[in-house]
Amino acid sequence: MTAVAGRRAAVFGWARFGVLALFVVIFLIPIYVLLVTSFKPLTEADPGQAWNLPRVWTTEAWQVAWEKLAPGLWNSVLLAVPGSLLSCALGSMNGYVLSKWRFPGADVLFTLFLFGMFIPYQGVMIPLVQLLVSVDQLAGLQGVFYGGIPGLVLAHVVYGIPICTLIFRNYYVTIPDELIEASRVDGAGMLRAYWSVVLPVSGPAIAVVIIWQFTSLWNDFLFAVFLTGPTSWPTTVMLNNIAGAQATPYSQQMAAAILASVPTMLIYILLGRFFMRGLMAGALKG
Amino acid sequence: MRRARTWLPGLLLVTPSIILIGVFVYGMLGWNFRVAMTDQHDAVSEGRFVGLQNFVDIWDLPRWHLSVNHAIVFTVVFVLGALVLGWLLAFLMEKGIRGEGTFRAIYLFPMAISFVATGIVWRWLMNSGTGERAVGLNRLFEWFGLPQWQWFRDQDWGMAAMALPAIWQMSGYVMALFLAGFRGVPEELREAARVDGCTEWGVYRHVVLPLLRPVTLSALIILGHISLKVFDLIVAVSGKQIITDVPAVFMWVAVFDSNDPAKGATIASYIVLSVAIFVIPYLIWSVRKEKRS
Repeated sequence: MTAVAGRRAAVFGWARFGVLALFVVIFLIPIYVLLVTSFKPLTEADPGQAWNLPRVWTTEAWQVAWEKLAPGLWNSVLLAVPGSLLSCALGSMNGYVLSKWRFPGADVLFTLFLFGMFIPYQGVMIPLVQLLVSVDQLAGLQGVFYGGIPGLVLAHVVYGIPICTLIFRNYYVTIPDELIEASRVDGAGMLRAYWSVVLPVSGPAIAVVIIWQFTSLWNDFLFAVFLTGPTSWPTTVMLNNIAGAQATPYSQQMAAAILASVPTMLIYILLGRFFMRGLMAGALKG
Repeated sequence: MRRARTWLPGLLLVTPSIILIGVFVYGMLGWNFRVAMTDQHDAVSEGRFVGLQNFVDIWDLPRWHLSVNHAIVFTVVFVLGALVLGWLLAFLMEKGIRGEGTFRAIYLFPMAISFVATGIVWRWLMNSGTGERAVGLNRLFEWFGLPQWQWFRDQDWGMAAMALPAIWQMSGYVMALFLAGFRGVPEELREAARVDGCTEWGVYRHVVLPLLRPVTLSALIILGHISLKVFDLIVAVSGKQIITDVPAVFMWVAVFDSNDPAKGATIASYIVLSVAIFVIPYLIWSVRKEKRS
């Protein structure tokens, strides 16, 4: 490389770095606003100080936001934890069969499953509401399936089957068939081979699926708004109600928004690697 | 064909999922379509079959035209914006750069937050107040001597502004897709093109970009189907205001405020159709491609 070309490459390298850094600043603007506003006292709410740091840092907005949001956060835990575990179990079994114990028509079935990943859920919402209402009536219950957490868990587990199956299937394809064959020769059946060969090496896929499902369940708004009622509202619906009320000051809105995002942000920071793999699976790539 | 004894247990194990998907995905899509073909326009009536009447009638509603136009503007700006920005970020990073991990983590983190939470900040940022009352971006623009905007309250360009938070949220994802695509191009191919006398630009033009086409297609499909059903973001930023109405919000209003299941189901059917039209060919194509390889 000549000296000129070397210098040009160096300049280009710095230019790239500069542009990327500029975008970092732009990407972080909303985060700056969230944090700074949430720590402001009501006395500093005037528009002229909108972008300033708080002169007096206070956590009063955080305390109010926590009190308002806490029931929703708890509902979201009750929703997201069982929901993601159930999705994981179903996805793992399906993925195992569709990669290692294929039956005639398995490919067609898999494609039919995949379409379930892309459907706009608006297209099933009205029948879903009607079905959950009738299940409640038939079982003599009130507000369990329609208007309760169990109904919301059911919806998320069912509509999570496609993506969870896809992630597990693409992961299990990489396990050599010989391992299954070997255990079969040893007399193991399908479930035995799953339990002793496949499940012990499933760790990464399980992590990806649980993180993916937990994040989608935690952040979901559409199903929640159609299927839950005041006692079972998860975080997102409560947050939207808090923020939608005219009287709620910006500081409380922002503090509530941060509180609502803490669990998924923590997952992203601590387990970003698995989070990424889930995202990539969404692009239909293994 | 192998004997049934070898594949039957597998089929049994996935049967619960087959039933669930059959009922909840395909059964309910069909059921929704059936509701859309009745005149069940209130909560109590049984609903008689009226064929495709609702699908035709809805085009008489000015609000429907508005929401369709909004969805189109939003989709064009969001999909192009996220695609271009994501591509640019990936392009700048693909040869490796100091602090790459940090850059990636920052561009991607909005993906981990709900649209409802980010919608709250963006509503503040895109506040339409001007002059003394300006907060958010308008206040910032004032300092830099830039014009102030109505943002999502703008008659014509409101939905383009509404696409900004969505671009912010999704372009990191597109970047990750493209970065994986760039890195998937074997170095030997680039080297071979250079040996053949290609300039660095030529290498991109003739070797790298053609190989990125499948990634671009995936990104288009993902962004497109998110865009056509956009709901959370709109509700979080502006609620049910007509000025930012889209089909998904209109459907919500039809079901809960107007208590009109048939109208809601009609809108929902249109949303499904708009997505299915390009997702189904894509799925068939990608499953076939995987089988070949």
